[in-house]
Amino acid sequence: MSETNERNTENIDYMTDSRPIAVGENTPGCKKRDPIVVAEDVTRSFGGINAVDVEYLEIPRHKITALIGPNGAGKTTLFNLLTGFDTPNTGKWQFEGNSLAGVSSYKVARMGMVRTFQLTKVMGKLTVMENMRLGAADQPGERLSKALFKGMWGGREKEITAQANVLLEKFKLDAKKDDYAASLSGGQRKLLEMARSLMVRPKLVMLDEPMAGVNPALTQSLLDHIKNLKAEGMTVLFVEHDMNMVRHIADWVVVMAEGKVVAEGPPGEVMKNPAVIDAYLGAHHDVDLGDAEGIKVLEAELEADEESVVGTEDAGILSDIVETKKEDGK
Amino acid sequence: MDFGFIFSSALGELFSPTTAAYALAALGLAVHFGYSGLLNFGQAGFMAVGAYGFAISTLSFDAPFFLALIISILCSVIFAFILGIPTLRLRADYLAIVTIAAAEIVRYVVTTNQLTSVTGSANGLAAFENTFYAMNPFPEGSYMGMNNRDFFIRVVGWGLVIVCCVLVWLLMRSPWGRVLKGIREDENAVRSLGKNVYAYKMQALIIGGVLGALAGMIFTLPRGAVQPSNYGTELTFFLWTCLLLGGMATVLGPVIGAMIFWVVLSLTQSLLYGLIESGAVTWLTTVQAGQLRYILVGVALMLLMIFRPQGVFGNKKELAFA
Repeated sequence: MSETNERNTENIDYMTDSRPIAVGENTPGCKKRDPIVVAEDVTRSFGGINAVDVEYLEIPRHKITALIGPNGAGKTTLFNLLTGFDTPNTGKWQFEGNSLAGVSSYKVARMGMVRTFQLTKVMGKLTVMENMRLGAADQPGERLSKALFKGMWGGREKEITAQANVLLEKFKLDAKKDDYAASLSGGQRKLLEMARSLMVRPKLVMLDEPMAGVNPALTQSLLDHIKNLKAEGMTVLFVEHDMNMVRHIADWVVVMAEGKVVAEGPPGEVMKNPAVIDAYLGAHHDVDLGDAEGIKVLEAELEADEESVVGTEDAGILSDIVETKKEDGK
Repeated sequence: MDFGFIFSSALGELFSPTTAAYALAALGLAVHFGYSGLLNFGQAGFMAVGAYGFAISTLSFDAPFFLALIISILCSVIFAFILGIPTLRLRADYLAIVTIAAAEIVRYVVTTNQLTSVTGSANGLAAFENTFYAMNPFPEGSYMGMNNRDFFIRVVGWGLVIVCCVLVWLLMRSPWGRVLKGIREDENAVRSLGKNVYAYKMQALIIGGVLGALAGMIFTLPRGAVQPSNYGTELTFFLWTCLLLGGMATVLGPVIGAMIFWVVLSLTQSLLYGLIESGAVTWLTTVQAGQLRYILVGVALMLLMIFRPQGVFGNKKELAFA
């Protein structure tokens, strides 16, 4: 936290900092004012298929960047490459100016770049609290030479436990503290994994689909937590398919398709980009088909479309929804 | 049948030096598998390295007891490095394959005729225990029905078991032990939190291996002989039996498991012999009875896995999620 205070004296509040992120045009691979990660010509192929083929990408510091794209676009593979869990076939990539080529994954994490996994990884037969403690850095008792003497690590253990308690409360897991992590539900495991990665006090948090399987009320409060990470001086990079979340918290959006970065920019701008709508969002992504208003909007949008069935006799279940909604209204 | 004799010999097994050796070696397996998830099927190899390391340095190089002890521990550390360097980066099953092969390699190497002058080939080595018994502080006499040599090796063997149990317990409650348990659950998650998984696994392999080497010494000293046939793969599987009997991720489990294993072996043997000699059982010879008791141990293990899969000391809650 001292870091935050230090920064605040420089009078830069990262929550409200609205200086432009990119230098110049918002094109794929554009230069950023203050990049934390820079990847250049990073490619990775699996049996002749280029899973990742990124020409140039910078991740802005102290911002929340969303990485979106259709399934199989190479988002998770890019995560693996950046964090040392997989090795690219070619390319250079660096974190805070340090090259990460050939650096093993645990060293990447120690540099302050911590990730979570799409398929959640919790230590099932450790309690939730032990999972959290495991995340903490600088515990001298994790060295074999000091492990035998509690006097050498007991103090740090107390600090870690206090830190873990605060995080568990934020993530609504404090009641589960002494249960085995294996007894948590899928959504709770996602939360535990995210909370555990924050125990490391990273500079860059990389979240792979953090909201998959988390209920709406909790999503809302988690979004605020993620936003607040910025205030603590962290940078966030996340993969997510929930466009509401992306719109709500992301400062910057990177769109990948077939391994390449196809678009970049602030969320509002990127979501209007025809290439992105084509490759990922679909034409009517902002229409909520769950309510009557949404159906009307869709009807209006599709009036000119001769192939559309909406509003005609062939509309099927869509027309049923409209009918019932109308009746409810009466 | 003399039930008094049957039970007294079973009780004698409870604290025999061989039981202490099994307990130590199984404790090593608990460090390997129970706490770190390393599948070591070559614990007999570690025991052989310990026993031969001690015997050869005493006989061929006239090393004093403590030097021989240190040499034998160093040998097991080197053995752990040789096994670990190529395999610990791979999945757990590769370590299993390599350890079972390496234990056999050790056994065949000490059996080769070319090395007879050093290892004694199939006959093994003998008369290396004098440096140990020379330190015996107990004057001659009867100690609970044992002579001073038998009493000394029991005190040393079980003293070592207690010291090692305390050390393992201290290690496993520490943050170091927590990292090991994390690795057992999910290596990549631990890696993503900035821990050097490879180094932790190597440390665990070495600690368990050194426990195996100490067990090898406790195993051979009362026999006064070290023979390759004692260190076959079945020894490894007996150790696994002890571990599973007692409970895998526990400190006392392997010790109690070793005690149960030897008491059951002794009881079944004496009972079967008694029945054969008294004429109650005519369809078995004493040789067959000796083999039958291992079958009974196997059946006991199966029943245990069905009705109490976590072992005697294991935590049932941990199994609920297996």
